[in-house]
Amino acid sequence: MKDFSREEIDYVLDTAEKLEPVARGEIRSRLLDGKIISLLFFEPSTRTRLSFEVAARRLGGQVLNLGLVEASSVMKGENLADTIRVISAYSDLIVLRHPLDGSARMASEFTSVPLINGGDGSINHPTQTFLDLYTIRRESHLDGLKIAMAGDLKYGRTVHSLCHALSLYGAEMTFVSPPELRMPSEIVRVLRKQNILVKETESLEEIIGDIDVLYMTRVQKERFPHPVEYEKVSNKLKVTGDLLKAAAPGLKILHPLPRVNEISPEVDETPHACYLEQAFYGVPIRMALLALTTGVIE
Amino acid sequence: MKEKRDLKIQAIENGTVIDHITSGQALNVLRILRISSAFRATISFVMNASGERGRKDVVKIEGKELSVEEVNKIALISPKATINIIRDFQVVQKNNVVLPSYVEGVVRCKNSKCISNSSEPIKSKFSVLQSEEGVSFHCLYCEHVISEDIAENLL
Repeated sequence: MKDFSREEIDYVLDTAEKLEPVARGEIRSRLLDGKIISLLFFEPSTRTRLSFEVAARRLGGQVLNLGLVEASSVMKGENLADTIRVISAYSDLIVLRHPLDGSARMASEFTSVPLINGGDGSINHPTQTFLDLYTIRRESHLDGLKIAMAGDLKYGRTVHSLCHALSLYGAEMTFVSPPELRMPSEIVRVLRKQNILVKETESLEEIIGDIDVLYMTRVQKERFPHPVEYEKVSNKLKVTGDLLKAAAPGLKILHPLPRVNEISPEVDETPHACYLEQAFYGVPIRMALLALTTGVIE
Repeated sequence: MKEKRDLKIQAIENGTVIDHITSGQALNVLRILRISSAFRATISFVMNASGERGRKDVVKIEGKELSVEEVNKIALISPKATINIIRDFQVVQKNNVVLPSYVEGVVRCKNSKCISNSSEPIKSKFSVLQSEEGVSFHCLYCEHVISEDIAENLL
């Protein structure tokens, strides 16, 4: 994500907005007519895989869904480089999801067609960041944004990547987490160096009245040595109807999903809930990325 | 006394002398230069020799003049080393090592989940940045940053 300038990000978001009626099925498109899109997923990911598939089909492309790469040559010991060389000869574009860090960058050295990183390892998931930015722009605003990110800020790759992207827009950021899951100090340091206003707290109540967007993430049980400690933390970082009484009327709540118990079901019915729309926005964003990388839109 | 000295740091007729190596790093210099038993030239080295600027290591490679590209990798672990090209017992060229901005296949990424640590047909790739805080290595695959223990992460 760090390779993108603000202008390039804006261009992707603008393209996604133009394609949104196609994503909703209101207009038919044949932009990817005759193109074969290969989905090469080495680890499970329902939303990313499905939204890429829907995006390609909505644009009239054909999808070569290789499913989870199990009964294939990979099981016979083929390396990723060879798999990419072969699949790129069969398709016009590859979407790769792989558990190792940097695998997409490596794959880009071996492919003869454009390749989109659908998430590699624990660091990069650029299309998620694009859709987060798109959701914020559609449902709130990017310029002069006050955002709080809450939950597992230590290991959550979506928030790390989002911090960097939002720094290009000068957003004010508040990080809400228990001490053991705080935002890595290196990220905070880099943000402050860029003159980004950063606050850190453990309490949602303290900040809920003063933000435009609340980006929730899942706190994983396995990060805690004892279930009691997990319960304590997860109850503290919970968005409920009560909490939202103090929120600004325009507050929007985002979540990359899946959620566990960090957002109460009663919140779904409030105008603050944005996470399901956010999941849909994955389609126009991925349509824009498919169209731009195949060159059918310049 | 003189005889002992000659044995320790004997002059070479032709080749390369790497001087002012950070004390204790001579073996890592050989590793960086990919010098092993298969290397044909005669190699001699001294560790912890007393010099004007304190203790240092020295490596001498007979009959081979190393290229600038090869020797600059030494700056990764010994930024004050000097390279002397010797011809007919005379120093014909003396240079300080210069930190390269990019290294390939020299340093192992410390991130165990980095693709460069798997069995793929690639070499590790790092951009090398020098700042007020020191030298840091940025993996071009996984973006992991190494800022210490470089010698321990040599391939």
